[in-house]
Amino acid sequence: MDIGNALFGFLYQIGDAAAFLVLASTGLAVVFGMMGVINMAHGEFIMFGAYGTAMAVRAGLPLPAAIILGSLAAGVIGMIVERLVICRLYGRPLDTIVATWGISLIFSQGILILLGSSFPGVSTPFGSFTVGTYSYSWYRLVLMAAALLLLFALWFLVNRTQFGILARATIQVPHMAEALGVKTRTIYSLTFGLGAALAGLTGGLYAPTMTMVPTMGSTFILEAFVTVVVGGADIFIGTAPAAGVLGITKALFTSWQGQLTGQIALLVAVILVIRLLPKGLSGWMLKERT
Amino acid sequence: MTNKKMTMPLVQCLSRVNGPQTLGRGLGFWIPFAAVLVIAFVFPMFSDDYTTGNVAYFFTWLFMAAGLCLMWGYSGTLSFGQTAFFGIGGYAYGILTINFGADNGITLYALGASILFGAIAAALLGYFLFYGRINGVFLGIVTLAVSILLERFMAQTAGPQWHIGQARLNGFNGMNGMPALTIPWPGGDIVLLAGPGFYYVVLCLLLFVYFGIRILVNSRWGNVLVAIRENPERAEMLGYDVRKFQLGAFVIGSALASLSGVLYTCWGQYITPSSMSLTSAALPIVWVAIGGRSDITASLVGAFLTLILFQTLTVNGAQYALIIMGVLLLVNVLTAPEGVVLQLLKVRFKIGRRK
Repeated sequence: MDIGNALFGFLYQIGDAAAFLVLASTGLAVVFGMMGVINMAHGEFIMFGAYGTAMAVRAGLPLPAAIILGSLAAGVIGMIVERLVICRLYGRPLDTIVATWGISLIFSQGILILLGSSFPGVSTPFGSFTVGTYSYSWYRLVLMAAALLLLFALWFLVNRTQFGILARATIQVPHMAEALGVKTRTIYSLTFGLGAALAGLTGGLYAPTMTMVPTMGSTFILEAFVTVVVGGADIFIGTAPAAGVLGITKALFTSWQGQLTGQIALLVAVILVIRLLPKGLSGWMLKERT
Repeated sequence: MTNKKMTMPLVQCLSRVNGPQTLGRGLGFWIPFAAVLVIAFVFPMFSDDYTTGNVAYFFTWLFMAAGLCLMWGYSGTLSFGQTAFFGIGGYAYGILTINFGADNGITLYALGASILFGAIAAALLGYFLFYGRINGVFLGIVTLAVSILLERFMAQTAGPQWHIGQARLNGFNGMNGMPALTIPWPGGDIVLLAGPGFYYVVLCLLLFVYFGIRILVNSRWGNVLVAIRENPERAEMLGYDVRKFQLGAFVIGSALASLSGVLYTCWGQYITPSSMSLTSAALPIVWVAIGGRSDITASLVGAFLTLILFQTLTVNGAQYALIIMGVLLLVNVLTAPEGVVLQLLKVRFKIGRRK
C-alpha cells in the first residue's frame, strides 16, 4: 500500500509539473510557431489574465467565468499590441524581441504604479484530499485536466477548423497563402491575440494558487522558454512531449533535492537537448517520420 | 632589420583602428575624439569626488555594452543573458578577495581570475549553443534562462551554510564588504575607492577595450565575423567555421561583461542577485539598441547617454524610469532601428564627405 501511495505522490508531482509547463508555454508556443516571434511580454499577458480574473471574482462572478473573462481581456490587449507595434516588425525577429521586451517593461512597471505592489488574490477552491499520509489539492488535478483539454482544443483548432487551415497555410508559405486570398494580416493578428489569450488563461487558472504581484509573470517565463526551445518550431507535435519529458525531469529532481534543483535540472536538460537535437523534439520527430 | 620586422606587424595592427567596420576616420572624427578624451581626463580636476565616482560608475557598465555590441552588432548573435556573466564576474571577485585579502596586488589577480572564470563559463555554455547550431532567437532565450536561474540560485543562498571559504553569499541581500581594487606601490598600496583614482583606471581600461575592439573588428577575423552576420550560409560555403567565430565573439563579449561585473563590485563593494534579474538583463540591450549596435563608437556613446538619462529619471521619478526606458526602446525599434546615435553619426559623416 505504501508503494502505491508513493507512486501516486510521484505521478501527481509529474502531472503537476507537466501541466505547469504546458500551460505556461502554449501561448508563447502558438505565437512562436506561427509567426516566428518570441513574445518577451508573455509573462505580462499571464499577469493580465490573473489580475482580470481576480477583479472579476471580486465583482461577484463565479471562478470559471472570471477566468474566461481574464483570458479574453489579455487577448484583446494582445491584439491591440499587435496592431500598434508587432505588425510593423514582421521579418525582423530580433527587433520584435527587443520591442516586446520594451512592452514588457512598460506593462509590469505600469501595473505596479497603477495598482500597487500587491493585489488581493483569489482563494483556492475545492479543498484537498488525502492519499496515505500526504494531502493533495483537488484544484491541482483540475489544472492537469485543463492542460490536457487545452492541448486537445489546440489540436482541434489547428487540424479541424477553417482558421487552422488558413493559419497552417500562412506558416508554410506566407506569400503563396496571400496570393490565394488568405488575409495573412488578419491571421497574424488573430494568432497573436490567441497567444495572449492563452497566456491570460494560464494566469487565470493559476491566479487562485499564487500571490498577485505585478511581476508574477516572471514565475512562468523560464519554464515557458525552455519548453518552447525543447519543443522546437512545430508546436503542435513538440509542446506536449517536451512538457512531458521536462515535467518528469523536473519532478524527479524536485522530489530528490527541492524546487531549485528541479529548475537547474530543467535547464541542463534543455542545453543537452539542443546540443543533441538542434531543431527540438518536433524537428527530430519530423525527420524520423520522413 | 629585425627591429623593422618586429615593428611592422605593430604598425599594421594599429592602422586597423580605422577600417571598413568602424565609423569615424580621418581628422573629422579623431579631432573631436581627442577633444572628448581631454575633457574626460581633466574632468575629475574640475569636479567633486562624488560626481567623478558617479561617472566612473557609468564607465563600469560600458564594458558589458562593448561586449554586447561585438556579439549582437558584429556577429549577429544576440545574447540576452550577459548579466549572467556580469554576476559571475562580480561574485567571483567578491569570493576571491574576501578569502585572500587585498595585500600584494591580490585584488588585481582576482580581477584577472574573475574575468577568466566568466570566459570559461561562456566557453562552456557557448560550446553547447553554437555547436548545437542554435540560431538567433533560441540563443537569446537560453542565455536569458541561464541568467534568471543564476539569480534564483543566488537569491536562495541566505543561510549560514551557504559560504565559500570565509565569503558568505547572503542570498537576496547579496555580498558586501569585499576590498576595493588595490595597486601595490612602493611606500604604501594605492586603494582605488570610488573617486578619481578608480575613475582613471576605468577610463584607461575603457580606452584599451575601445581600441582593441576597433582593431579586432577591422582585422581579418572581424571581417569574417561581419560576413557571418550578413550571410552565415555564404560564409560557411567560403570555408569558414561559423561556429568557431561566433563562439569566439561570445567568449570575448562575456569576458567583457565579467569585467563590468568586477568593476561594479569594486565600485560599490557589493553585488546582489538582482543584478542578474530579468529587468537588469533588459538594460544592456536598451543601451546598445539606442546607440546603434552595428558600430562600437555609436554603441558606447549611446550606452553612456542612456545610462545618464536613466539615472536622471530614477532620481526624479523612480517608478516611471523603467516605463520611459520601455517606451524609448519601442520608439527606437520602430523609428530608428539602426540606433539613434548611429543614424546621427552617419548624417554627420555624409555631410563631411560631400564637402
